[in-house]
Amino acid sequence: MATTADTFQAHTDHAHDHADHKPGFFARWFMSTNHKDIGTLYLIFAIIAGVVGGAISGIMRAELAEPGIQYLQFWAEFMGGNADFDTSLHMWNVFITAHGLIMVFFMVMPAMIGGFGNWFVPLMIGAPDMAFPRMNNISFWLTVAGFFSLIFSLFVPGGTGPGAGTGWTVYAPLSTSGSQGPAVDFAIFSLHLAGAGSILGATNFITTIFNMRAPGMTLHKMPLFVWSVLVTAFLLLLALPVLAAAITMLLTDRNFGTTFFDPAGGGDPVLYQHLFWFFGHPEVYIMILPGFGMVSQIVATFSRKPVFGYLGMAYAMVAIGVVGFIVWAHHMYTVGLDVNTKMYFTAATMVIAVPTGVKIFSWIATMWGGSIEFKSPMVWALGFIFLFTVGGVTGVYLANGGVDDVVHDTYFVVAHFHYVLSMGAVFSLFAGFYYWFPKMSGKMHSELLSHLHFWFFFVGVNVIFFPQHFLGWQGMPRRYPDYADAYQYWNEVSTIGYMIMAFSMVFFFINIIYAFVAGKKAEANYWGEGATTLEWSLSSPPPFHQFSELPVIEEHHDYHDHIGDPEPSKA
Amino acid sequence: MKTLGFHRIVASLAMAFSLIFGAPIALAQDASDAAAAEQLESVDPAEAADVADPDAVSEGSGAYTPMAPTEGKGMPVDAGWDIQPQYSEDGEFAYGLHIGLIWVMVVICAFVLALMLYTMFRFRRKANPVPSKTSHNTLIEVVWTVVPALILLAIAIPSITLIAKQYETPPKDAITIKAIGYQWYWGYAYPDNGDFEIISNMLDKDEANARGEPHQLAVDNRMVVPVGVPIRLQVTAADVIHSFAVPSLWFKMDAVPGRLNERIFQVDEPGVYYGQCSELCGARHGYMPIAVEALPMDQYNDWVLAQGGTVAGAEEEGVEADPAAVPLQEPESAEPSAPGAGAPPVEDATT
Repeated sequence: MATTADTFQAHTDHAHDHADHKPGFFARWFMSTNHKDIGTLYLIFAIIAGVVGGAISGIMRAELAEPGIQYLQFWAEFMGGNADFDTSLHMWNVFITAHGLIMVFFMVMPAMIGGFGNWFVPLMIGAPDMAFPRMNNISFWLTVAGFFSLIFSLFVPGGTGPGAGTGWTVYAPLSTSGSQGPAVDFAIFSLHLAGAGSILGATNFITTIFNMRAPGMTLHKMPLFVWSVLVTAFLLLLALPVLAAAITMLLTDRNFGTTFFDPAGGGDPVLYQHLFWFFGHPEVYIMILPGFGMVSQIVATFSRKPVFGYLGMAYAMVAIGVVGFIVWAHHMYTVGLDVNTKMYFTAATMVIAVPTGVKIFSWIATMWGGSIEFKSPMVWALGFIFLFTVGGVTGVYLANGGVDDVVHDTYFVVAHFHYVLSMGAVFSLFAGFYYWFPKMSGKMHSELLSHLHFWFFFVGVNVIFFPQHFLGWQGMPRRYPDYADAYQYWNEVSTIGYMIMAFSMVFFFINIIYAFVAGKKAEANYWGEGATTLEWSLSSPPPFHQFSELPVIEEHHDYHDHIGDPEPSKA
Repeated sequence: MKTLGFHRIVASLAMAFSLIFGAPIALAQDASDAAAAEQLESVDPAEAADVADPDAVSEGSGAYTPMAPTEGKGMPVDAGWDIQPQYSEDGEFAYGLHIGLIWVMVVICAFVLALMLYTMFRFRRKANPVPSKTSHNTLIEVVWTVVPALILLAIAIPSITLIAKQYETPPKDAITIKAIGYQWYWGYAYPDNGDFEIISNMLDKDEANARGEPHQLAVDNRMVVPVGVPIRLQVTAADVIHSFAVPSLWFKMDAVPGRLNERIFQVDEPGVYYGQCSELCGARHGYMPIAVEALPMDQYNDWVLAQGGTVAGAEEEGVEADPAAVPLQEPESAEPSAPGAGAPPVEDATT
């Protein structure tokens, strides 16, 4: 975008000597204040959490492959001694809860914001590091502590059996009077820790992006990935405190005799849902916006064209973020909303499709007229665009409050949000991973393995989740360990899809090993002339401390230079 | 070439636009198809009622036997992939909207996919080694903002209409039935018929098979309702949140402790309609199905009398029944091991 690779190569080499002084192993990785090291820690953490969360979904798909209860008793006994029928069923609820919480809070969020955000926001805006390096460190370790608190909850009583079986939404009163024992307290505490880590991270990103951009980089010249992280950080900052409040009220309802959500004391269970989804809906945009940003960078790079409609793209994300705060009750269409409320949330929710459509069309227009190269990040990004469109249109379907009545809390909803998350967010994560892995590691991965990973994963996830639309239309509710015979066919297909998807992950891990063992050394700008953001001006991997001399972004270099914008935009 | 390209985009967008606005027509067609299918199908239940339910003909009070369900009616079908056939007026309207929305979804996805594939092919590096520098085009950006907005507007109109229909107030003389969610079974109270309460537990697999009903859906005591008349259905819960759902009636309403959710509920033809609890409510969430049996009014009245309820020949008698004087439920019919079994609904404690 602003500078080409060769402009800064000399500068980087010069700074290399005194910029590469690294602390010892423990100090470097456990007391890190370096945004790149913390980003790496986040990515490793997210991969581990992803493996755990993915394994849990494997257990669930195995159980659902046929009607009846097959394996739950084994898992219940595995987790804690002899298990009766109810304990086995409770185990199911523990799995759905753990899968949801792990994937949302400990896989997607750490990878997107903690991992890629930490690594590339400072690099892309020409900053030496994050604004608050020590706070950055504590953000990470709070997230790890949160993960351990959640894992710990699996081994303590949670009512009918060990672990928290409340669903990731932790609805009261199932999570209060409905779940005796400390498991739910640990799960709630886990959210407190992860949430606190995310709030600290969000303030760090906002401060960094507002104050540490290189001279000349106005807000309207920032790469779209930085825009996406900025919007995400604001969503985190505004949404997470509401979650913290809601789950703190859960804790006091559980332990200190308050009745915020207990009708017997004048409370209301629906209040919890309003608070939760006031956080929960922005949360789904928190999980997808950085993906939007990454896909924008990647599509532009491999089309060798600037992003089409840069300002529209940036402000579409802002619009999605703003509107995302006023649509929460579409998660609650069946709680007994009054008619006007339901109509309002129907209309407001559909509005989000407009900026989302702008983004989809702008990505295609970016490719239009380009010189497209189908490297691994690009195929993942293309997969993202199409599958996110599919998840998006089923979102419009669900937005209709009256139509939602029949599919609410069924597998249709499961299919919808896995299309936007397990395919949207995760495809963008893999796209970003293959885009930046050589930059982070200094080693090239195998394009062949990346493509194999893509094709098996693409087929696998579609076979898993597309039939779930049918299950939902046929009426199969979510969060069921057992079902009527009529639902068997599509459940079997779905489980086969899981196996294909799981197999594809073999290519992913072999690819990483291959890169470190036999991968070619990565050049500074290994994607060529299409990659124009500042991280490509640095070596791969970048020096331990970069930009000790700030890069200057010249006035005539920005996203508008090709259309001759008469007025250079001001921040 | 460049300008030609953008004209193509505009032209294809316009095409999609016209296709999508064709959707309401398709919707209307589908609705009439559905109606035709309905008429064909309406032969079945009559037959089924005759064949499977010979006792019902005898008309003696207390001669109620559970109706045998009709295969594929009010229940999922093997490898089925669409919404279950609808047996209520709102459900039929909503089904039409559902079909319209499917067309919109398919057209949009196909359009995006076609555009992507064309772009990927036409502008691959071999075919187009020198990229254009275009990064802005106000007209196209306005078009792809306004067109989706218009599509959404076209969806919003029937969608809002549907919500308004679903929220119509039941007529004053409508029979009130109350569904109460417990961990883990349903109770159905009939305040207008002497305020008795039916406790409904899931049948295990063998019992369900023995009765010729789908397992995981079959229950011991069904929620019996009169057919063809609007019912005031109230939904609440005694312990945690449950959700009363019947897919073939396009009905889902959360059962929230401390709240009384109310919605008009009407079944168009006699039959058995299955549903399942649709809000996570603890260990046996998947084991508290719902079975609604819709009967003609006289058979419904027989059933009510057989349960020890009262039938309001003159409306006034039934309405004024003192709730405290009437036994709430029969504890022995609840599963003895279930926690909370036989416990009174919580709203009795709070109101």
